[in-house]
Amino acid sequence: MIEVEKVTKFYGSFRAVDDLNFSIKKGEIVGLLGPNGAGKSTTMRMVTGFLNPSSGNIRIDGTEIREDPKSVKRKIGYLPESAPLYGDMIVEDYLRYVADVQDVDPGKVAGTATVCGLSEVMHKNISELSRGYRQRVGLAHALLHDPEILILDEPTSGLDPNQISEVRALIKEIGRTKTVVISTHILSEVEMICDRVIIVSRGQVVADSPTAELRARYGHRAQLRLQAGGCGTGELSRALRALPGVAACADAEGEGGLASVVLSVGTDEDIRPSVFSLIKDNGWILYEMALQHNSLEDVFRSLTAGGNEA
Amino acid sequence: MKSRKSAALVIHSRELAAYFSSPVAYIVMGLFLVFSGILFFSTFFLINRAELRGFFALLPILFAFFVPALTMRLFAEEKRSGTIETLFTLPVSGYDAAMGKFLAALSFTAIMLVPTLAYVLTAATLGELDPGPVVGGYAGALLLAAGYSAVGVYASAITKNQIVAFFVAFAVCILLSLGDKFLVLLPGPVVGILEFFSAGYHFDSISRGIVDSRDIVYFASLTALFLWMAVDVADNREAA
Repeated sequence: MIEVEKVTKFYGSFRAVDDLNFSIKKGEIVGLLGPNGAGKSTTMRMVTGFLNPSSGNIRIDGTEIREDPKSVKRKIGYLPESAPLYGDMIVEDYLRYVADVQDVDPGKVAGTATVCGLSEVMHKNISELSRGYRQRVGLAHALLHDPEILILDEPTSGLDPNQISEVRALIKEIGRTKTVVISTHILSEVEMICDRVIIVSRGQVVADSPTAELRARYGHRAQLRLQAGGCGTGELSRALRALPGVAACADAEGEGGLASVVLSVGTDEDIRPSVFSLIKDNGWILYEMALQHNSLEDVFRSLTAGGNEA
Repeated sequence: MKSRKSAALVIHSRELAAYFSSPVAYIVMGLFLVFSGILFFSTFFLINRAELRGFFALLPILFAFFVPALTMRLFAEEKRSGTIETLFTLPVSGYDAAMGKFLAALSFTAIMLVPTLAYVLTAATLGELDPGPVVGGYAGALLLAAGYSAVGVYASAITKNQIVAFFVAFAVCILLSLGDKFLVLLPGPVVGILEFFSAGYHFDSISRGIVDSRDIVYFASLTALFLWMAVDVADNREAA
């Protein structure tokens, strides 16, 4: 559905995007991830036809953008970062204007506004709206013509937690029938919404794989939190350090009277059974054992720090 | 199947509505009427002839100031606020945007001219008014407004600073308006060539009531040239 092939973009002499390659299939929800200045927004601006690449090809649904920009743009709904909209218009007029430009029935305005939760602010000036409502108007702007592809640049930035979960739910709902690309800083968002992650750093793709696979591949190191009774903390950690697969063992905050430690696991194997037998064999009582996989955040940090390539 | 509405026309109506919701446009319109009124009435009773020559003679200079004040916002404001990104990711080409904005500026200038018909009525009630120069004058005014609006749209497209857009357009328009007034010291053949490039010269010729195809060609070319350059800038946009 979206094919980006050897795309490079210069701003003057600055190479914002450097030989970028990826393709996105119909129906995928893809997260574009990267630190500030990695080229996410530039990439989105090229995919939506706002900027022309300095070199390389971008095809949407098989059509090169520069060959037929208008019909390509009709297939895409785009919400730019910080939702720049005409502040001097009221919401209803703005959406009617978008409907006219997109050449869709103005009757769709009311329905889209309801889906995006805008019914109460239809007659307010866009400049008077709160950040959350502006973002929703931007979302309505992107959804009005029922596009096959939805491209959202940081759709949840600046929203409060309730609004964030509403917008996420909306994106997930939309993602059932459409191809969605979102860019974000918030990694938990990607883990929650996206099927696939493309991590860019310094204008290049450093990782591109299904979300679960990425976590499995890079996030194998886990942490195990443990609370036990009937022993001292020192006694417990000494015994645990001797176990194969335990890389480190640190004291942790715990309930009074219990020995609490956090283990760093240095292997892919599950060490919980051996930990359990150890505690049982010593006649101690296990109060708590919780395994925590490293989050995508750690993967992200290790991949983008210093522009390392995976 | 309903007919497809042209994107340029949709943008034209949005921009025209935007003029009427902004105080700047009312200020520009008010000032234009004050200035043109002073210029008309201050000479009208002195010369004591039923004609609008005094008004039309100064129109190129008035337009050189007031048209850029109307056009400076068109692209520059969108670039500054970032709305240019939402505009050009809709199915809108550089031509649609430049043409729509140009037509909006031209329409607003035409609306701004409507109250000046009061001068025509004043002159007509007080004496025998020759309709030729009046019709020619208004036709010329529209051609002039078209040329200057195109200049203004181009100037607005090359910067995100409205003040810069205003001064670039003002400089070009005032040169076009007054170019033929500075030629007395030059030899004859050069004057002929430079006169041809002067909007003031062609406007004077039309506002005498003589419709010459060369004047119409001149204004059409001026408008087309600057619109084409504006379209080119709009289509080859760099980061907002």
